[in-house]
Amino acid sequence: MEPGLYHILFISAALFFIGVYGFFTRRNLITMLMSIELILNSVNLNFIAFNKYLWPNKMDGLFFTIFIIAIAAAEAAVAIAIIINLYRSHKSIDVENAEELKY
Amino acid sequence: MTGSTIIFYLLAALTLVSGIISVSTRQIFRAAISLLFSLIGIAGLYFWLNYQFIAAVQIVVYVGGIVVLIIFSIFLTQQAGEKLSKQKVSRKIFSVLAVFCGFALSVVQIYQHVFYVTPEQAVDVNVLNIGKKMLSANEEGYALPFEIVSMLLLAALIGCIVIAMREKPTPTTEVIPDELKEETE
Repeated sequence: MEPGLYHILFISAALFFIGVYGFFTRRNLITMLMSIELILNSVNLNFIAFNKYLWPNKMDGLFFTIFIIAIAAAEAAVAIAIIINLYRSHKSIDVENAEELKY
Repeated sequence: MTGSTIIFYLLAALTLVSGIISVSTRQIFRAAISLLFSLIGIAGLYFWLNYQFIAAVQIVVYVGGIVVLIIFSIFLTQQAGEKLSKQKVSRKIFSVLAVFCGFALSVVQIYQHVFYVTPEQAVDVNVLNIGKKMLSANEEGYALPFEIVSMLLLAALIGCIVIAMREKPTPTTEVIPDELKEETE
């Protein structure tokens, strides 16, 4: 069976829920960030698949993907800066140890 | 089964299996390497869909940038050889249940829905068309989001430096009275 839109949507849904599972079960901030990256990638795959199979006369999905990648890069950089700052003050990056936001 | 189909299923298996390893292993470095392979699999899927530019951007930004950043922050914050703490079994069971229900719901929705394909002529997605569309300022172009994203990147750059900057030990400006000074000496 030739793979088409439905196959890619299936992969994308599976990847999204793998990321959600990681976000539920992990308690380490870096691994939670990795789960968020998986979720963002599944969304990108969806946009590209819709652009390719449903609206091949436009390029909107492609541009959404480009902008999501740029924003995800900025988000990862800011999150890692926050994590390193938290590690410096708490000596740990578990979410249980980061209860108070200030100081 | 043509070669293209086999390649598609191999890429899908690579993406999903390394994604599952990435969220379930207890060694954080192994999780980062599995995330790397999962992102490479997605880049391969973009190549399979003939979107070469997006695949190249995916490899450059995600594989070359974000994963390296994550690995560096693992080196900075984790002790060597230390495993992640074990999770409660009840939390795992309920997470699997919730995720499975959501997945089943969305897959049923996807397979019941009938998509309509536009009858118009397909446009070629080469770098020339992408660049023209991204930088054109008319109503079909993407010049405004491009500028906004560049402002966002600048703000994120400055924000990262400010957040991760080590605070200098502030010089004590308070004046110690003479009698206290003698006591401390």
